Amino acid sequence: MSAMAKTSIHQTDLARKRLARRKAKEKRFRYAGVTAVVIAMVMLGWLVVSLVGTGYTAFFQHYLTITVTLDENILDPNGARDADQLRKANYRKIIQQALYARFPEVTYRRSKRALFQIISASGATNHVRKMVYQDPNLVGRELTIVVPVSDDVDQFLKGYIDRKAPEELRRVSDQQIAWVDQLVTSGELVRKFNWRFFTAADSRDPELAGIAGAVVGSIMALGVAFFLSVPIGVGAAVYLEEFAPKNRLTDFIEININNLAAVPSIVFGLLGLAVFLNFFGLPRSAPLVGGMVLGLMTLPTIIIATRSALRAVSPSIIDGALSLGASHTQAVFHHKVPLAASGILTGSIIGMAQALGETAPLLMIGMVAFVTEIPTNIMEPASALPVQIFLWSDSAERAWAERTSAAIIVLLIVLISMNAIAIFLRSRLERRW
Amino acid sequence: MQQLLNPETLIGALLIIGVVAAFLYGRGLAISRAQLTTDGARAHSLPSYHGYFSAWIVALFASGMIAFWVTFSGAAPNFVFAILMFCALALSFSIINRLLTPTFRARNHVERFIGGALMICSGVAVLTTFGIVLSLVFESLQFFKHVPILDFLTGLHWSPQTALREDQIGQSGSFGAVPIFTGTFMITAVAIFIAGPIGLLIAVYLSEYANKRTRAIVKPMVEILAGVPTIVYGFFALLTVGPAIRNFAEGFGFSVPTQSAIAAGSVMGVMIIPFISSLSDDVINAVPQTLRDASFALGATQSETMTKVIFPAALPGIIGAFLLAISRAIGETMIVVMAAGRAANLTGNPFEAVTTVTVQIVALLTGDQEFDSAKTLSAFALGLVLFVFTLVLNVIALLIVRRYRERYE
Repeated sequence: MSAMAKTSIHQTDLARKRLARRKAKEKRFRYAGVTAVVIAMVMLGWLVVSLVGTGYTAFFQHYLTITVTLDENILDPNGARDADQLRKANYRKIIQQALYARFPEVTYRRSKRALFQIISASGATNHVRKMVYQDPNLVGRELTIVVPVSDDVDQFLKGYIDRKAPEELRRVSDQQIAWVDQLVTSGELVRKFNWRFFTAADSRDPELAGIAGAVVGSIMALGVAFFLSVPIGVGAAVYLEEFAPKNRLTDFIEININNLAAVPSIVFGLLGLAVFLNFFGLPRSAPLVGGMVLGLMTLPTIIIATRSALRAVSPSIIDGALSLGASHTQAVFHHKVPLAASGILTGSIIGMAQALGETAPLLMIGMVAFVTEIPTNIMEPASALPVQIFLWSDSAERAWAERTSAAIIVLLIVLISMNAIAIFLRSRLERRW
Repeated sequence: MQQLLNPETLIGALLIIGVVAAFLYGRGLAISRAQLTTDGARAHSLPSYHGYFSAWIVALFASGMIAFWVTFSGAAPNFVFAILMFCALALSFSIINRLLTPTFRARNHVERFIGGALMICSGVAVLTTFGIVLSLVFESLQFFKHVPILDFLTGLHWSPQTALREDQIGQSGSFGAVPIFTGTFMITAVAIFIAGPIGLLIAVYLSEYANKRTRAIVKPMVEILAGVPTIVYGFFALLTVGPAIRNFAEGFGFSVPTQSAIAAGSVMGVMIIPFISSLSDDVINAVPQTLRDASFALGATQSETMTKVIFPAALPGIIGAFLLAISRAIGETMIVVMAAGRAANLTGNPFEAVTTVTVQIVALLTGDQEFDSAKTLSAFALGLVLFVFTLVLNVIALLIVRRYRERYE
């Protein structure tokens, strides 16, 4: 009897086993949670590493320094130096001659062509044309120019083309490799920071393509979106939060805004296409229309952020203002809105960051144009940074993948900075009551 | 310089100058008239309100006149309009001159005007919704004139290309959207299959297990996933995940195309993890502490409390979170455009390339455009389906979440 009383039901073998099982289950559950977090982090890491790994080399580019003789007989046989002649003169031949002069041993036509292929043909000719056009006195003289090498040679020098692979599987021939090696050892072919990537617009040649056109397009579209959505969004939020009577209509507006926030972005693109382009006849591909569509899309985000910022302001502020004789409108605009400004600003920046990364609605209104000029006003056709990424991602060549990733890196850095500014402002300016 | 002198900029500049002048005039008038009254009567409103009121009156008259000019331009020579414009401005200034006495309630008028302007602002949001609905419905009706709505919703074959020859099968293209819908649902299913468990477990971990510091680090890190633009995910799927899945499958002797439902779906799953985890986290945190305490008091472990007490209590909210995530996945565009393929396959195999509603909208509307063709209009019909479906999902989700919140408040 006494022996049985000592062993409670919690200390039988069965109970111990049960407890161990429950504890093991507890542990497993906990580890499952940790694993889920780790998986999410690994995916984020994999994303960043794969993009940075593919893209960082695009910030460098190999350049060839070469001396060209601006032969008057080729460029300007009449000696008139008129602008039209200088524009359409055969600069290609000038470059070719310079290259053949550098490698006098190359005589076969086929080898000559291969030799010419190591530099960026249009890059070199455009460069010389521009210089001669600006200063016609250069004709007849010698000129040392620095031109980008072709994308294949650049990829080879960056180590993406294996020199041990069979020649017919490579995009660079043995002969070209020999020339390139020679130029590298003589110091004529060097690696430099790829400024062109940040200053040029799109191009058909990867070694000449840059993001400047797309960045300017994005800035214009975002500017339009900002001036459309922030005043209207803040106005709507102030109205709903402070002035609206509680009735069916305002309930309807409120439900409406919540639903608008969840409408897929591509539907806003369809709206832009049907209303702005087809009904109002605004120009296709223009940053103005892109900005209007993005503005409408960010409107709910800004309204919701502003409302929560207004709600966070202590009601005692309004009471104080009213008790000193301010009207309701004065109390709101002189006291409440300024105190909510940091929240409004943070919400606007986050909304703009969302708009910056948005692609689908811009595709709908035709901002997918191939634009080789940097746009100068909001009615001109333009591209935008995410759309540029989309366009480049379609091309199969390695040099394009590298540039696509580089453009993504730029986009992500801008987005991270915008969000960091928003977080900084919030922590700096936020007041708690 | 040429640009600065065109009539639009000139009129715009004059308008701004007129409005500013009116403000200064009104304010000055208020001050000088208030000073003239010696019987102790003070002005009702601050001088600046008189200024704002004047500016508003002038802007109203001037913009009305400009609108009149634009609508009837050509009916009379321009100088007639210019004279009318001048008369309108003179009239508005004389009205100001008459009205602005110290007893004039300028502030009340200005505040009523501000209230009206704010109301118009919130009207824009409603207008946007109406614009979306009207444009989608209008263009879809045009499309349903070409293709009966039932054929569109139940047809099994999708090839919107208009045929070149008369005798080709389906010469006006065939618009059976079922393969598109199944493709959309398959990719969404793959995404939820990945994001659901991971997102939920993250939410549980963050709300029940993680200490404050871990939470402060992990939560924003997970939410970064939602801030990455979808074009970036799309390129990631195309560049890395698609080939990785293909190589992995080849290791087992299967052949999987780089563009497949599984590649697009899994990357989309990563994207919607934070939607599920944040919303579920909120929902789990909203479960009253008393339920937890009661469960622990009965000797339950944390995991038992979670699975047997909190999870059932939070279930409606979690379902709401899932619905919102599904709606997000269905409306997502760039990932699928880049990673899912364009051929409309009616298949149940996630390792094949399928297409989605959003991919088809993009495919139909980029490139050549003739606006009346059934091909272009079908994009709007797909857009309407997408809009209605996501709207219904959202409304249901919001209703569930709201009802759930009310239960514990």
